[in-house]
Amino acid sequence: MLKISSAPHIFSPVNTRTLMGNVIIALIPAILAALLIFGFSALKVLLTSIAACVACEYLICRYLLKIPPTTGDYSAVITGILLGFNLPASIPLWMILIGAFVAIGITKMAYGGLGKNLFNPALVGRVFLFVSFPQQMTTWPLPHPGDFFAPDVQTGATALGILKHLDGNSSSEALTKYSYSIDNMPNYLDMFLGNVGGSLGEVSAVALILGLFYMLYKKVITWHIPFYYLSTVFILTSIMWFYKETPDLDPVAHLLSGGLLLGAIFMATDYVTTPMTTKGKILFAIGCGILTVIIRIFSAYPEGVSFAILIMNAFVPLIDRWCIPRVYGTGRK
Amino acid sequence: MTKTFPIGGLHPQKHKLASELAIIDAGLPEYVSIPVKQHSGAPAKIVVAKGEKVKAGTLLAAADGIVSAPIHSSVSGEIVNIGLQEGLFGYDEEQITIKVEGNEYAQGIDTSDKIITEIPDDTEEIMQRIRNAGVVGMGGAGYPTPIKTTVPEGKKAEYLIVNGIECEPYLCADDRLMQEKAEEIIIGAKIINKLLGIQKAIIAIDENKPQAIEIMSRLTKRYIGVNVRTCKSKYPQGSEKQLITAITGREVPAAKRPIDIGCIVQNVGTVFAVYEAVMKKKPLFERIVTVSGDTAEKSANFRVRVGTPAEFLINKIGGMTDKTAEIIFGGPFMGTATVNLNTPVTKLTSGILLLSKKSTAKEPETACIRCGKCVDVCPQGLLPFEIARRARNNDFSQLMQLHARDCIECGSCAYTCPARIPLLDYCKISKAEAKKILKKQ
Ligand code: SF4
Ligand code: SF4
Repeated sequence: MLKISSAPHIFSPVNTRTLMGNVIIALIPAILAALLIFGFSALKVLLTSIAACVACEYLICRYLLKIPPTTGDYSAVITGILLGFNLPASIPLWMILIGAFVAIGITKMAYGGLGKNLFNPALVGRVFLFVSFPQQMTTWPLPHPGDFFAPDVQTGATALGILKHLDGNSSSEALTKYSYSIDNMPNYLDMFLGNVGGSLGEVSAVALILGLFYMLYKKVITWHIPFYYLSTVFILTSIMWFYKETPDLDPVAHLLSGGLLLGAIFMATDYVTTPMTTKGKILFAIGCGILTVIIRIFSAYPEGVSFAILIMNAFVPLIDRWCIPRVYGTGRK
Repeated sequence: MTKTFPIGGLHPQKHKLASELAIIDAGLPEYVSIPVKQHSGAPAKIVVAKGEKVKAGTLLAAADGIVSAPIHSSVSGEIVNIGLQEGLFGYDEEQITIKVEGNEYAQGIDTSDKIITEIPDDTEEIMQRIRNAGVVGMGGAGYPTPIKTTVPEGKKAEYLIVNGIECEPYLCADDRLMQEKAEEIIIGAKIINKLLGIQKAIIAIDENKPQAIEIMSRLTKRYIGVNVRTCKSKYPQGSEKQLITAITGREVPAAKRPIDIGCIVQNVGTVFAVYEAVMKKKPLFERIVTVSGDTAEKSANFRVRVGTPAEFLINKIGGMTDKTAEIIFGGPFMGTATVNLNTPVTKLTSGILLLSKKSTAKEPETACIRCGKCVDVCPQGLLPFEIARRARNNDFSQLMQLHARDCIECGSCAYTCPARIPLLDYCKISKAEAKKILKKQ
């Protein structure tokens, strides 16, 4: 049977589902790292988060909006993984359900579903949990690589956390209890491999960077956002380090610590919530970098990546307006 | 150095299955049906009647005004019908059907292969021959060549660019023509040079045609002023505006014509037709057509008489297969799909493609994920997603600000969109609306 259709008659092999599938593949190294480092509890957190996000989207489509479920595009799976990545392994599972509802139900579906949300769903979910349950959200189990079923009894501090407390804001009792001491600062190699305390997906730099290369290779993203984001942070923290604003954390440690790599590679590159043009992406990334450094160094919060990206998300409509490409045949001789 | 246009573009799979296949004569079908409008502008006025005997090259319909072109018979035989028939775009159009008898040419046409190099002195005479031969732009819209080769008062021609870029997948007609009729094309370019009053011509070829580049470069050494330039293989490098920018660095201002910045672009097929019109007194009644596709049993480059039904050519390469889902006149990006196997080849048919369901499957449209890919590939610097979003809501208030009129309908955006939004359809709707608005003003 012959058919009639309008031009073009052929299409690129890449559709939304393949793009999202490639993001999931890119997340696999970091998932494996999380399982290796935090063991069984990491698995529980990730599975709960993914299942909750997918279920939430499915149910909302099915029963609230009464449209065919959009879960087939895998984007809810990605949100689930990313939300899980932003949580400590020891978080009570019911809190994850709340996070998933905030991420998918409020941040994504209430705005009209995939492509319409202004803010990164996983980040909103994380920040919501962070302000609601600060205690649980900042208690990180120590890594126990290789020992899958080891219980998460010990808790440690992250590099950024140690610094915030050494600033003198905390009582000496708290300092000893949570081992906030400069001697407990992790070294580069541990930070690079992920043998440090922290949220599930943010600890292993090498796994995240592997994911980055996969996405670049598959042309899911371009290099601009990770590069400009990380460079901005590196340059600003170098300057501050030089002027002794941050005596204990050098620029390299800044790059490797906290959710910076996770944010720069997987969150600040989310299509929906970032600018469309290359120029816009660069602006966005630099903005994220500046805000991250400001929050990390001058605010009461140890970690600035989530807030920085969310704040920049809000500027995306504006950036998109500024950075429209020049139309051929206009404005140039 | 290979040249290209600076913004947008993409690299689809090339599928040049027919690039090694020499041009062969398709032969004569039993009947040909010749549309009286194969060009942009007014349909030609019929000057023959049913029952008349004609020869290949006999005038069937005369140009109606300046923006029009005459139509000639492509075969010898008897006119058996003049009337409305379904055309390529699905609308009825006037066609002249001729029953083929023998293979005779009208008087005065030189059908030999001998290459003639002495260009007539009288430019008026040259122009007259091109006009009488019904030569139109064979790469795209079929704009009458005499108009395009006349420099308007107050304008100056600087560049003649011969467009040897065939960036649509599958098509090889221009490639083969350059390999086999290189010298004729060069002479054709010199003829147009003469009309324009300039000395230089640039033959632009994309880098995936090494033989054509080689042959042309070798021959151009003998012709002063004609040079070959290699361009990147990138879609839509063959588009007039993008080619001008690649070669000259200039941009055609919005709503202006290439001549406004001193450029004239002619497709190689057209330039060859100019050569035949002027040196051989041969009207444009046959052309090279690539018949190919991912469901074609074999591919071919045919020399085809205008009016030959698609089916005749398809049968020549072994017919359709069960897998054939679409028949395309032209390339897969900008061509037109038809289900009517009687659709005749015209002056503008560069290819007939038999494409599979797999390669033409339109997946269901999903939500825009703001990936920006459509913006990245648009060679015109437009925002296809925004044009589409507004057109879908019947919001045409921003058409001018969005420059919808500058869309060249290349289809790069729709090809790329991972959400499979029919961006090109929306762009075409918006363009039509923009035209309406301009008319009102
Ligand atoms: S079809 Fe129009 S809008 Fe789409 S890429 Fe081509 S020029 Fe741009
Ligand atoms: S390519 Fe498609 S999904 Fe991506 S921004 Fe354009 S319209 Fe949206």
